[in-house]
Amino acid sequence: MYPSDYRYTKEHEWIKVSGETGTIGITDYAQHELGDVVFAELPAVGAKIVAGKSFGTVESVKAVSEIYAPVSGEVVEVNSALANTPELVNSDPHGAGWLIKVKLANPTEASSLMDAAAYQAFVSEKGTAA
Amino acid sequence: MTAPTTTQLRKTALNASHRRMNAKMVNFGGWDMPVEYSGIIAEHMATRTAAGLFDVSHMGEIEIRGTRALDLVQHVTCNDAARLLTGQAHYSGLMTAQGTFVDDLLVHKISDPHYFLCVNAANQDADFEHIRSHNRAGASVENAGERYSQLAVQGPKALGILQRLTKVPLDAIRYYHFVFGAVDGVDCLIARTGYTGEDGFEIYFSPEHSEKLWFDLLEAGASQGLIPCGLGARNTLRLEAAMCLYGHEIDETTTPWEARLGWICKLDKGDFLGRDILVKQKEQGVQRMLVGFEMADLQIARDGCPVFRGSQQIGRVTSGSPAPFLKKNIGMAYVPPPSSANGTEISVEIRGKPAPARIVPTPFYKRPK
Repeated sequence: MYPSDYRYTKEHEWIKVSGETGTIGITDYAQHELGDVVFAELPAVGAKIVAGKSFGTVESVKAVSEIYAPVSGEVVEVNSALANTPELVNSDPHGAGWLIKVKLANPTEASSLMDAAAYQAFVSEKGTAA
Repeated sequence: MTAPTTTQLRKTALNASHRRMNAKMVNFGGWDMPVEYSGIIAEHMATRTAAGLFDVSHMGEIEIRGTRALDLVQHVTCNDAARLLTGQAHYSGLMTAQGTFVDDLLVHKISDPHYFLCVNAANQDADFEHIRSHNRAGASVENAGERYSQLAVQGPKALGILQRLTKVPLDAIRYYHFVFGAVDGVDCLIARTGYTGEDGFEIYFSPEHSEKLWFDLLEAGASQGLIPCGLGARNTLRLEAAMCLYGHEIDETTTPWEARLGWICKLDKGDFLGRDILVKQKEQGVQRMLVGFEMADLQIARDGCPVFRGSQQIGRVTSGSPAPFLKKNIGMAYVPPPSSANGTEISVEIRGKPAPARIVPTPFYKRPK
């Protein structure tokens, strides 16, 4: 379910690090809790994000969810497919439904986050994972 | 205030079935209810294009009986129940002495000495106490919620699907009329009413038959596209149809004139609770009016967002949501009458930033005839 090469936050974001770049999205658990995603408000390329701070929102029909940065960095790409097909966040949350890519301020920062096994245990405790 | 724990929440007779079917459950006004099954958008679209089945057994029922039943109904509600024929229902407001809403409700006339009221789940006990406290006529008032389950079958295919389970000629039941008859062998009050903007039926029956009717209806409708729906889709469907939701568009501070529900407020029927104030407000005019609006861009207005005209705040959003069938972001809000005309440009403050919107005619959605 949760890719083993990603890292995870307690706020249900994931980050995949390759070299100096991190790709960030929300987890399958998060998309399931939200329901049908209809809109994502994301920062522009060049914006700075700060670990633990909100950098955008993902909205479903029913709810608004703040998205918190797993790490600090500078936005280098925004998933433009979400403008017309925000439902990718539901159908492929760990893949095509990614939100932003950042140039990492500190390439080792993500290693302090939960790994897949720890995140799986974390959401299992919450009891209602899909 | 702490939220009640799961064990304290009230449950409909279908609670275990909803959980077994993996519905997403939420606390709705103290009830543990399904908010969605397959997804709000899929359920909304199914109801607009085929049919949806909703467990609305949390809704309350209050029965008023006796020779003075009509007098009591007339005293506490603003619509004119004397105009109801046996087998007819209407939408009405349960009034405070200030002419504001204790609740909104459907009043069904079962017979001269018997009226059947369908009220909001969270309000039913307060409604019952309110009606009883004004029962000077000596009618019998029963808080009957526990004796009924209620299912809503809504959508263009609803009639055909329900017809497969009953010999009652459903086509003969006119909109906002009802009959008693057997559905699937279960005695039901079968009303052609709903809260979705679609044709459809709401059936009331004894709770022990809930699972039989729920599963047999799902089976009877499966080939027609009927799917189980939760309260999430019920909310987006009613909002597209610009129907009021208690606690959002109407409450104990709003009057029928402000909510643009003048059509259920019959001042000529004789005295009733709040009538004097409503007469005055009609003469003097209202300070605020309920309007519908449409967002100009992609932002979604949500309940409680401030509404601005220019730099001045003029009101607040009462309900705001994406409209899945219309594929727009819509909402309702109270604004002063000078800012209420269709086409008026407003802005809705969303997370501290203004988003452009425009006042539009309601209902947003009207079903094709």
